[in-house]
Parts: sequence; structure tokens; C-alpha cells
Amino acid sequence: MGVGIQVENLNAWYGNTHTLQDINLHIPANHATALIGPSGCGKSTFVRCLNRMHETNPIARATGTIRMGDLDVYKDASPVEIRRRVGMVFQRPNPFPTMSIYDNVASGLKLNGFRNRRILDETVERSLKQAALWEEVKDDLKKKSGASLSGGQQQRMCIARALAVDPEVLLMDEPASALDPVSTSKIEDLIFQLKSQYTIVIVTHNMQQAARVAENTGFFLNGKLVEFDSTHKIFTNPRDKRTEDYITGRFG
Amino acid sequence: MNKLPMNQPKPSAINTLRRQGMNHLVTVLSVLSTILVLAPLVAILVYLIYKGASSLNLAFFTHIPAPVGEPGGGMANSIVGSGVILLLASLMGIPIGIAAGIYLAEFGRGRLLANAIRFTADVLNGVPSIVMGISIYSLIVMRQKHFSALAGGVALAIMMVPTITRTTEEMLATVPHAIREAALGLGVPKWRTVLSISLRTASPGIITGCMLAFARVAGETAPLLFTALGNQFWSFKLNEPIAALPLQIYVYAISPYDEWHRLAWAGSLVLIVMIMIAVTLVRIFANRGVLKGAS
Amino acid sequence: MSLTRMTTEREPGTPLTLPSLAPAQFAAPPGPEPVEAGPSPIREFLSKRGSGRFADSSFAAVMLVCALSIFAIVLFIFFILISRSKLSLTAFGWKFFTREAWDPVAGDFGALPFIFGTLASSFLALLMAVPLALGVAIFLTELCPRPLRAPISFLTELLAAIPSVVYGLWAVFVLVPIMRDNLGPFLYKTLGWTGFFEGSNFGVGLLTAGIILAIMILPIISSLTRDIMTAVPNSQREGVLALGATRWEMIRTGVLRNSRIGIVGAVMLGLGRALGETMAVTMVIGNHPNIGKSLFAPANTLASVIAGEFSEATGDLYLSALIEIGLALFLVTIVVNAIARLMVWAVTRGAPARVA
Repeated sequence: MGVGIQVENLNAWYGNTHTLQDINLHIPANHATALIGPSGCGKSTFVRCLNRMHETNPIARATGTIRMGDLDVYKDASPVEIRRRVGMVFQRPNPFPTMSIYDNVASGLKLNGFRNRRILDETVERSLKQAALWEEVKDDLKKKSGASLSGGQQQRMCIARALAVDPEVLLMDEPASALDPVSTSKIEDLIFQLKSQYTIVIVTHNMQQAARVAENTGFFLNGKLVEFDSTHKIFTNPRDKRTEDYITGRFG
Repeated sequence: MNKLPMNQPKPSAINTLRRQGMNHLVTVLSVLSTILVLAPLVAILVYLIYKGASSLNLAFFTHIPAPVGEPGGGMANSIVGSGVILLLASLMGIPIGIAAGIYLAEFGRGRLLANAIRFTADVLNGVPSIVMGISIYSLIVMRQKHFSALAGGVALAIMMVPTITRTTEEMLATVPHAIREAALGLGVPKWRTVLSISLRTASPGIITGCMLAFARVAGETAPLLFTALGNQFWSFKLNEPIAALPLQIYVYAISPYDEWHRLAWAGSLVLIVMIMIAVTLVRIFANRGVLKGAS
Repeated sequence: MSLTRMTTEREPGTPLTLPSLAPAQFAAPPGPEPVEAGPSPIREFLSKRGSGRFADSSFAAVMLVCALSIFAIVLFIFFILISRSKLSLTAFGWKFFTREAWDPVAGDFGALPFIFGTLASSFLALLMAVPLALGVAIFLTELCPRPLRAPISFLTELLAAIPSVVYGLWAVFVLVPIMRDNLGPFLYKTLGWTGFFEGSNFGVGLLTAGIILAIMILPIISSLTRDIMTAVPNSQREGVLALGATRWEMIRTGVLRNSRIGIVGAVMLGLGRALGETMAVTMVIGNHPNIGKSLFAPANTLASVIAGEFSEATGDLYLSALIEIGLALFLVTIVVNAIARLMVWAVTRGAPARVA
């Protein structure tokens, strides 16, 4: 089951660029939340702050408080511990090229030292089923390399890989931007299925996608969270003029 | 463009001829120089095979050198000795080289310290091997008061490190950043990500680098002259002088005996074949690596 | 852009009309609540794994120490050579490098003959190798038919894989007789008037050493030059060809001019190798401290005097003088290599490392 995320006064920098400014919001548990905004607005930085991935870049830093359930992300645990509880799906499918499909999906467990074969088998099957990939790959799980799948299949395998560690939160950074329309709709169906069990945060530049999958939507602009509300409200009756300009396509 | 401007001189026939002539001359010269460069290689290889193969026999691989004046004898102890020294060198040089390469690629990107280390490695790569020899002599042999296999191994290990470091770094740099992020995003600690993801993905190239470094030091003589020293007999102790194939070839080559000259040729052939096998394996690995990277 | 942007005034609170988004398309609330299970074995296992902080920082520290060992090696070589050559350093000072004497019996040492031998043999080697290496590189990058390219560059790289001692062996038994019986007399007859080919010719000496050095450094220079020339973008070539240039003019202005710094760097790397090359030179140079004009005369280089005399050096001063020669060789090759690397880096930044 997912947990809610409370963000207070989050600020982030890349070198001297102030990429996130005073972000405050509450992401409810077991719902999908979409983050929209023009490129470079800080939405990707924001999700990378949630699992402390932005720290992997030596020039990046962040201040503020993020609470995931009862856990203070920046105080109570190391980045490694946080990331074990938060799954992440990236913009482009990034399978491990030297591993089979099975090992790709099991990697989060195996690389963390999990050795129980029976549970590994079960988990790989469960995750691939959740990612709606099981039927397509079940016959050559250990024979085929993860990199030999098609782009859409690779992305669903990456989702399965993220789900295999049984996370509470699933972050998706433009998960369909590199995919064709058919694969995109499969990913969207998937998000729709998964959001009852996980807290999903999805970054997208595709507003229709946000409207289709998310209950809540946040609009980022120039490092600020302009507006955060129910998706219905954002798309039909935004409070802020800038949100309206963006969703009606009137943005510079 | 069917008319030349009036003020532009028409290219004269002589000028064109001169330019064409120059062009042909350079083509011929560059073909000639390629032939001239390949000629000694072919000459060396042909001569080596001709001289070496006629002196090779089973005794060469099973016997130790015969005393002066006696026919026969072989280089069995030198082959084994080379193996011992190279094993020692690899055990020390490969882990240090790979670890240094990991630092440069995974921890030091863009840092001044990493740039300085990278530069130092490149410069160290060009330090003459004889200098390594006398340095290790000064450090180990002078202290211990005797020559040893260990000293030879250390000298060769130092020569392996910069090559391996640089190849490891270059190969790790070709691993896409997205793959590292995928592992880190799963909560895999950085050390595990580096070892199981980056290093494993880059392993064909890194193995290539290690083999090249190995092949390069396998034929080194100068660093062993004053460290391993050489030995006419069997020796398996690390703190005693030990025979090595290149050393034995050198000793036999400058000796006045025909029998020993023949053995030097045979030894050279064996040494070259061993190195060629290593280089060819490298080629196969490298090609596989390229294919993997493309998929 | 902002001037042409259309803005519609809207009463606060009135719904927007979005033609592309029918209300039915909006996300419905999640389906039935899933059955609540206990904490999964996976979650339990992962939550018990440590923070990884200690393992990560110790791993980083070990990698750093190994990287720093490269500094340590260079510093160690430098200091040990200085400390072991102190005797000679204090006895002769800087004059060591300008003195011509080399008399182990009298304990009188100077490095000038070896400096001369090193510079002369390396210069001869470059004189022969550079034009040939350039020719090969031009052939491989610009002229060679595609199917021949890989085997020829493989063969030239094979030259680099042959050990020094095997070159020496070949030189002793093949090159030296040729020098003594054919090439030497021929050079004496045709170019004897220059004074470079005087004296008795035993086949061993500066010229033979220069030739074997040239053969040995050729693959380094040619393969590096080839890499550098390949790095020149094709647009440069096409630009020159489009002006009606012949192929040679294209190579000269489009390729060579753009890569000259890198080529000089490659030549310097070859020089660094030639300066320190030991075994093959020791076997054919004649090993006699000698400064003279004739290329037939035996000589000795910094590296070959160490190889030849180190194990017989009796007396601390003798050994110390040889180690000081090693120190000089170390410093000179470091400087030459550093300059060369900077030049090659300037051109092929990011190209794969090469065994040189």
C-alpha cells in the first residue's frame, strides 16, 4: 500500500540555478498525481528530489522537508533506503543490457542481496503481470536479454523492475515520451490499474495524459508550483491565469 | 556556372599538370611508405618463424638450459618463470589499475584531482621500462640484498597500472548514465551499482585493456634485468632469482654460441606466439564488445 | 510572441471549454480497494538492509587510494632515484651532464656521451620514422581501399606488439650483417664525402640503432596520427574538395593543417619512446661512450649504459652515477611525454586511450 507525501518549503539548486522555489504540496496516498508544465520548469527535478536521485549529480542540492508517510526523507534515512521504498521509471527505457528479462526484473532484489529463489520467482511473475508483460515474455524470461525487447516492452519491463521491490511510491518521469501511441496507451492503462495500490507521481508534458490518468494535477512554471488541485478543477476551472494559458495552449 | 568570370585566369594546362603530378607523387609515396613499414614486419616474422621453428623441439619445452658446449637443453624454466612473474604482476597490477579507473570514471568526473591523476597515468605510461627496473632494484633488491621473482613482478605490475587505468576509465565512460540511474533508483548502493552494473556492462572492453597491458609487459626485458635477474635452473620461490623468457632470449642472443642463438630464436618465436594469441583474443573480445554496445 | 498571444477575458468561476477534453475522459477515482495483506517478505527484507553508507564510503575510499597510488608511484620513482644517486649528485653536481669522462676505474663520471648517443639515435630514428609514419597514416585514412584498411592497420599494430628483445635479436643477426656488408659500404661510397659515414664499419653503431628505433616507433606514430586524422571532420575534406582541389591538396589543407598539433604530439610520443628504448639499442649500438660525427661509430645511450653496466657496477659512486643517469632519463621522458600528451589531448579529446 502506498503512503502520502507531504512536501514543505522544498528548494533545489543545480550549481547556481535555483530550479525549485518554495514548493509546498500534499500528494495523497494511493492516487495518481500528475505534474505538468513546459520543459525546464522543474517538474523532473521535483520528482528526483522525492527519492533523492538529484543528489547523484554532485552540483545539485536541496533544502526543505519531505515526509513520506511517517518518514522524513532527508533526515531519517540514507538515499539508498529511501530509493528502496520508492520505485522510479525514467523517461527512456533503461534495461540492464547484460541481464536477461528475469534478472532485469529481479535486479532490485538480487543486487540488494535477496537470495530466496522461490520468492524471487513469484515476485518476477507478479511484477510482470502487474506490468502487463507476463504473457508476452513468460516463455523466454531467462533466455532473452532485456535489451532485446521492443521499446514499449522495455518500458513495461522497467515498470515491473520498479514494482518488484514492492515500493510504496512509484515515480514516473515522462514514462511514455519515448514511445509510440500504442505503447503509450498501454502504459496509461497500467498506471490506471496500479494507482489503487501505489502512490503514483507522474511527470508529463502531455496534458491529455495527465487528464486521463491522474486525480490531481500540479502545474509547474519556472521552478514554482503555480497551482495544485484536482485534475478536473485544473483543466476546467483553473485559479491562475498562467495555468489557463498553458492548458489552453496559449503559452509562449 | 557555365562561364568563368572575366577577371579570373583560366587554369593553365601546365598548372593542372603540376597539380595532378603532385597528387600522383604523394599517392605513390604513401603507398611506398606503407610497403616500407610492412616490409620489416614481414621480414622479422618470416625470419623468426624460419629460424625459430627449425630450432623448436619437445626438449625446448621440457628441459632447462644445457651447460655451455653441450647440445640440447630448453627453456622450460624460463617459460614457467615468465608465467610466475606475469601472474604476480597481474595479481597486483590489474586490481589496482581497475580500481583507479573506477575512481576516474565513477567518482572523479570533472574534478581537478581526477584530471591530474589521468594525466599522471598517461605520463607514467611513457616512463622507460629500464627506469622502472632500477627503481624497483633500489627499493626491493637493495633492501633484501638479493634479486627476486617478487621484485620482477612488482616492476611489471607498475608498468601495467596506467594502461589498465586508462582503458577501464574509457570503457566505463561508454556505459550509458541511464543504466546507473536505473540501479541507483532501485535503492542499490553505489558500490554495488559500480561493480554489478557499470563494470559488468563494460567488462569486454576492460578485459581487452588488461590483455593489452599483459601482452605489453610479457615481452619486457629491461625491468627484469636487475630485479628477477634470470636463473639457469628451476626456481619457484618468490624471494629468489627466477628465469624469464625475454631475459633468457637476451642472454642467449648476445652470447657467442651458435647453439644458444638457435635457442634464442626458438624462445622469441614462442614469446611472439604467446603475445599474438593474447592480442588476437583481445581482437575477438573487442569485436564482441562493439556488437554488444550497438544492440 | 507575447504580443500576438490571444487572451480571452473570463469571469472567475465560469468553466473553461476545452474541445479536446470531454468530461468523460477525466480520471475516475480508483477501483475497488485491494485486499490488505501483511507486510510482504520483500518489504521486510529490504527494510532490514543497512543504509549502505559505510560500504559506500569505504568503497569510494579504496578506489581513491588506488587512484592516488599512481601519484605515489611517480613520486616514489623520483625520490628513490634521487636518494640513491646522492653520492654522484654531490660529487659532480650539474657538471655531471656536461662532462665527457666515463672512467669507472678512476671513479670519474660524466653523462655527456650518453646524452649525445640518446639524442643522436632518437633524432636519426625520427628522421626516418616520421615521413614514413605520415605516409602510412595518409594511406590508411585517405587512400586505402576499404577492405585493406583493417588488415593493414592490424599489421602495423602488430609491429608494436613485438617485444624489444626480439627486435634486438633480429637486428643482431639480420640488420647488423646488412649494415656491415651492404648498406654501410654503399653509404660510404655515395655519401662518404659528408663525413657522416667515416671510420671502420662493424655493422653496430649509431646508424643501426637509429634504424631499429625507427622501426620500433613507427607503429606508435602512425597509429596515433591515423587516429588524429580520422578525427578531422569530413566536412573539412568536402569543403576543400568542393573548391576543385586535388586529393593531395585536400589532404594538405583540409587534413594535415587541421591536425598538425596532434601530429606533433604523436611525434613527441614516439620520441619519448625512442629516448627510453633499451634492449634493442643495447644489442646493436656498440656500447662505447663516444661522441663523434660518424654514424658508423659505436655509441651508448642513457638507457643502454644502464642496461649494460648496472649489474657490473662495482663501487658505490659507479652505481650512483648510473642511477643518476636513470634519474635524468626519467625526468626527460616525463617532460617529453607531458608535452606530447597535452598536444594529443588538445586534438583527440575523448578518443579512446591507446597503448603507446
